[in-house]
Amino acid sequence: MTGLALLIPLALLLGLTGLGAFFWAMNDGQFDDMEGAALRILIDEQDAG
Amino acid sequence: MTAHPVTEAAIPALHSVLAVPGIRCAACIAKVERGLAGFPGVIAARVNFSSRQVAIDHLPELDLPALKQAIAEIGFDAEPIPNSVVEGRDSETRSLLRATAVAGFAAMNIMLLSVSVWSGATGGTRDLFHLLSAMIAVPAVLYSGRPFFRSAWSALRHGRTNMDVPISIGVTLVTALSLYETLTHGPHAYFDGAVMLLFFLLVGRLLDSFMRDRARLGVASLLRQTAPGARILGEDGRTSWLPADRLQPGMTMLVPAGERLAADGIVEGGPGALDLSLLTGESAPQRVRSGEVVHAGTLNLDGPLQVRINAAGRDTVIADIARMMEQAAQSKSFYVRIADRAARLYAPAVHSLAILSFAGWMIAGAGWHQALMVAAAVLIITCPCALGLAVPAAQIVAAGTLMRAGVLVKDGSALERLAEVDRALFDKTGTLTLGHPEPVDLEPLDEEARSVALALARGSCHPLSQALHRALEAQGAVPAEVNRIEEAPGVGLRGIYRGCIVTLGRPDRAACDTDLLAASLVIPERPPILLRFKDPIRPGARLAIRALEQMGIEPSIVSGDRAQAVAPVAGELGLTAQTGMSPADKLTAIGRLSDAGQKVLMVGDGLNDGPALAAAHASIAPASASDVGQNAADAVFLGNSLLPVVKAIRISRRTMRIVRQNFAIAIAYNALAIPLALAGLVTPLVAALAMSGSSIIVVANALRLRSAGQ
Repeated sequence: MTGLALLIPLALLLGLTGLGAFFWAMNDGQFDDMEGAALRILIDEQDAG
Repeated sequence: MTAHPVTEAAIPALHSVLAVPGIRCAACIAKVERGLAGFPGVIAARVNFSSRQVAIDHLPELDLPALKQAIAEIGFDAEPIPNSVVEGRDSETRSLLRATAVAGFAAMNIMLLSVSVWSGATGGTRDLFHLLSAMIAVPAVLYSGRPFFRSAWSALRHGRTNMDVPISIGVTLVTALSLYETLTHGPHAYFDGAVMLLFFLLVGRLLDSFMRDRARLGVASLLRQTAPGARILGEDGRTSWLPADRLQPGMTMLVPAGERLAADGIVEGGPGALDLSLLTGESAPQRVRSGEVVHAGTLNLDGPLQVRINAAGRDTVIADIARMMEQAAQSKSFYVRIADRAARLYAPAVHSLAILSFAGWMIAGAGWHQALMVAAAVLIITCPCALGLAVPAAQIVAAGTLMRAGVLVKDGSALERLAEVDRALFDKTGTLTLGHPEPVDLEPLDEEARSVALALARGSCHPLSQALHRALEAQGAVPAEVNRIEEAPGVGLRGIYRGCIVTLGRPDRAACDTDLLAASLVIPERPPILLRFKDPIRPGARLAIRALEQMGIEPSIVSGDRAQAVAPVAGELGLTAQTGMSPADKLTAIGRLSDAGQKVLMVGDGLNDGPALAAAHASIAPASASDVGQNAADAVFLGNSLLPVVKAIRISRRTMRIVRQNFAIAIAYNALAIPLALAGLVTPLVAALAMSGSSIIVVANALRLRSAGQ
């Protein structure tokens, strides 16, 4: 039973971290251009300067 | 941080968004962004590939035409998007997404705790888990339930009831009771049920909102801003570009060929020819001379026109039409969506059932606590998951199918209204016809003439030249070497080909005095070749009309054009037509049909159709329509063919069948579950299983619409 005292807060904390990360990503505009992000990795950076 | 020069931050930058429909690959993104980054005055440029737009931070010196020009130099067509469209685009989706994320997080964690309780946790452990659930559930319900509480409150305040009323009452009551249960060490807490219900319903709302956003993005990237401004001739003879809302009476604007007028005015330098089809539906170009009155929204066909503005902004004829549209659109806002109509019957039934079960258990001698628990279980079980999730799920799948078929539907309510139409009115110019001239036939041209014509035509933005250019290029003609091409406004093009002068221009008066839709190609030592143009009927128009008739929808034409111009089209398609109609006449025609109990579908494109599009029960515009037409219509179809109109109605009817099936499933499920709930046999475990089960069934049923487009 003592394990629960550690595991439950830990589980909730992990969940909250995920939720926080999602909120941050959304406010940061990471979901604004879903298709573009996939294509940008194909762009050569050499002369992007 | 120090890398940024201090001066850069001090300059107030402007933010503009342009639609660039031509972006198709990673290379295009790089090309546009790098090309703009190197352009003087541009601070930053970022392409949004999903919406085919580029957002540019730039110095105030750069105006929209300059940005458009800059992107054109990189090799892409761009159209500025008005700020009103850009701002506040998806704030609703964002807040719904946040609420859904919170509800999802809470539902998962509470479920984790609930499973342990269901597996047999007792005593202190159960109390602890209930307490933890409460600590997660109460804030989550308060946060994620806001969209429902707000909507329910506003409905109640106006003396109405909608779907959100039973949802709000149910969720609040269940949460409050579970809280009481937790504090009194009771065995049953329904936190998981309450939060899961919110989660499923929010997913439904979110789908609805996604659908609207996607269609709005699609339409925004199509928006052809008709004359967002004009080049103004200053006192000192210099010209400057002003956006439409800053034009003032008394200014003189220069309108090049192929551009639309941004304000009403009087012609100063002419003569010229104007295409009025957007404003009146008339297809034949009209000659204008100095001193004549011209209106905003008309297209200048010939050489540059000088127009002294006498009305701008809210005083133009266009603004009158816009006001008429606003009024017409109000009738549409009275439409009640199917889910809300169902809720009007459903909500009172659910509420009386819950009250009756409470009363019944009290009379049977149970304590008020047990009776309340039963009533709460009834509310949770009957909570309209199917109504909240089934309708948007079916509609978003249908909207996706329609999008693949080339139809952008603006929202779910549009799909519902499209399914109900039983009468169709078509505009002629630009709707039944393509709305731009095409060469009647290119037979008189041999190989050499074609290449000369292409070489001449491709340098001009006159509509006839562009039509010829498109047609010849489609046939694979190769431009000949023609040098020193000059364009004389209102006369035509000339150039040097193999040492001789060749011309493409207006035919001799003798050849055709009245017909402006013709051009003549003169190559030395050959007879001149007369090329005729006409506005052709859309491909698939005849098939589409027949299909509509088979579906029990009676089509006819309402046109602003003259009877002589409408007759050939009406004859070819076998339709009756009303001609010479002003925008107000079209509005009256729709009003008369609606009063007779018919649900009218309006298909139109022009500004003159705007009020009719807004007033009709449902409306569709082609992608080639004016932005007013596209904004007013419920759906926009892409491409030249008229067949997507039929597809839109067919798929929307199928969607409504699926929605009704979903309602039937929901009712059947309730018929099974309610007796259990009334008998007090529904534990939190049963409620959770029933809720997820019914949601999965209705979503699976909705997914059958994926193949409806074939």
